[in-house]
Amino acid sequence: MPTVRADITLTVNGSLRRLTVDTRTSLLDLLREDLGLTGAKKGCDHGQCGACTVLLDGRRANACLALAVANDGADVVTVEGLADGERLSPVQEAFLEKDAYQCGYCTPGQLCSATGVLREAAHGWPSAATGDVAAEPELDDDEIRERMSGNLCRCGAYVNIVAAVREAAR
Amino acid sequence: MRPFAYERAATAEDALRRHAAGDGAVAYLGGGTNLVDLMRLGVAMPARLVDVARLPYDRIEHRADGGLVIGAAVRNSDLAADLGVRADHPLLSQALLSGASGQIRNQATVGGNLLQRTRCPYFQDISKACNKRDPGSGCPAIEGDHENLAILDHSPECVATHPSDMAVALAALDARVRVRQPDGEDVVPLERLYRSPGDDPSRDTTLAPGDLITGVEVPAPLRMPARYRKVRERASFAFALVSVAAALDVSGGSVRDCRIALGGVAPRPWRAHRAEDALRGRPATPGSFRAAAEAELAAADPLPGNAYKVPLAVNLVAAVLTDLAGEAS
Repeated sequence: MPTVRADITLTVNGSLRRLTVDTRTSLLDLLREDLGLTGAKKGCDHGQCGACTVLLDGRRANACLALAVANDGADVVTVEGLADGERLSPVQEAFLEKDAYQCGYCTPGQLCSATGVLREAAHGWPSAATGDVAAEPELDDDEIRERMSGNLCRCGAYVNIVAAVREAAR
Repeated sequence: MRPFAYERAATAEDALRRHAAGDGAVAYLGGGTNLVDLMRLGVAMPARLVDVARLPYDRIEHRADGGLVIGAAVRNSDLAADLGVRADHPLLSQALLSGASGQIRNQATVGGNLLQRTRCPYFQDISKACNKRDPGSGCPAIEGDHENLAILDHSPECVATHPSDMAVALAALDARVRVRQPDGEDVVPLERLYRSPGDDPSRDTTLAPGDLITGVEVPAPLRMPARYRKVRERASFAFALVSVAAALDVSGGSVRDCRIALGGVAPRPWRAHRAEDALRGRPATPGSFRAAAEAELAAADPLPGNAYKVPLAVNLVAAVLTDLAGEAS
């Protein structure tokens, strides 16, 4: 079968983009290769490391597992879109303040994931670390570790990542 | 990845029509968290994807008796976070939250979760033989790496496990699956959705090609202490070595009712009927719990590398039931 292409529209970091994509293109490849947004990283390309995490219609998602064509019409925010102009987001500020990275490769995914974690916590979502799932969870360190477990860091900056997320949650 | 046509179904009937027109090499696309990966690995090679994620099966209906009708396109995270599910069916929330990562749960659908494929390393590696992926090619797991694979209900052709946590809770809850077929809708008990591998491991379920899962029905709440507990190789974001979904109703020191289902041990969520039958009417003591678990696992036929799962499953069932008995009294 020859390559199949499709026209899609995405809002990426606030800008409307009309694109023609190969149906096989992942959202991650589209962001990196077609739009030049190389913040989201291709770590494993199997949904196991979280380096490609973006906010898809406001929720954190692995861009490597999302087909671009299936997300026609979606609103995408990447690490490049977290700041308000020159003003960093609270999560970005907290990562700077707490030195929550070493090599930085996983950091864009960590930042987008942490942003999603704070939204989920604000909505009262429980996690596997929540003792009573019917109760409103407190975002303590165990909760943060569990909720951030989809983002791996080979440098092992986890201790400071937890501290940064805790700081941003305040 | 092989090129494929992409189509978005407008209705369930439209999805079935598009599937039938595709000459076999068609797959329904939900959240894609397993299928897209399998396509990238070369394990799945559909020529046509029919996207069913935007069909109007995205609601959680709460019935008057507390039962649920969960749309197949509901995302795992939305189901786990639903206030009614958390209050009335906490076992289901717990199982969902123990699976995958926050990102994947935001993407994965309920229908896709049920139909996800095994994570057996041979199934996922196209350079290896695998009877599930390539019928007749053999099962190298039996002589090879099978530490994470099945101890119950497997066959000489396949020792894969079903990886879903959600399905284990649903099995304990007596859930039923709504299936749209060309001639109407069928409602299948979750336990009968899956099939034993036997001599044809290529088929995970009893569904016919093109059948579309549209929802899951969960009966009225159990109203007894329940818990999902999962043992894995790291603290989070890993598949189960063994997991258990259990509920226990104790009255006057005896077990009035119970539900027990195991994950990570079989090609399907394993409802432990034998243990349940052994337990009803018995004293709610750690000794009874262990004896019931041992009765269930007596049917286990482990391989050298996964024999550890037998005592692990016994200990896990006994420990969870003992905890639940403490809560019930």
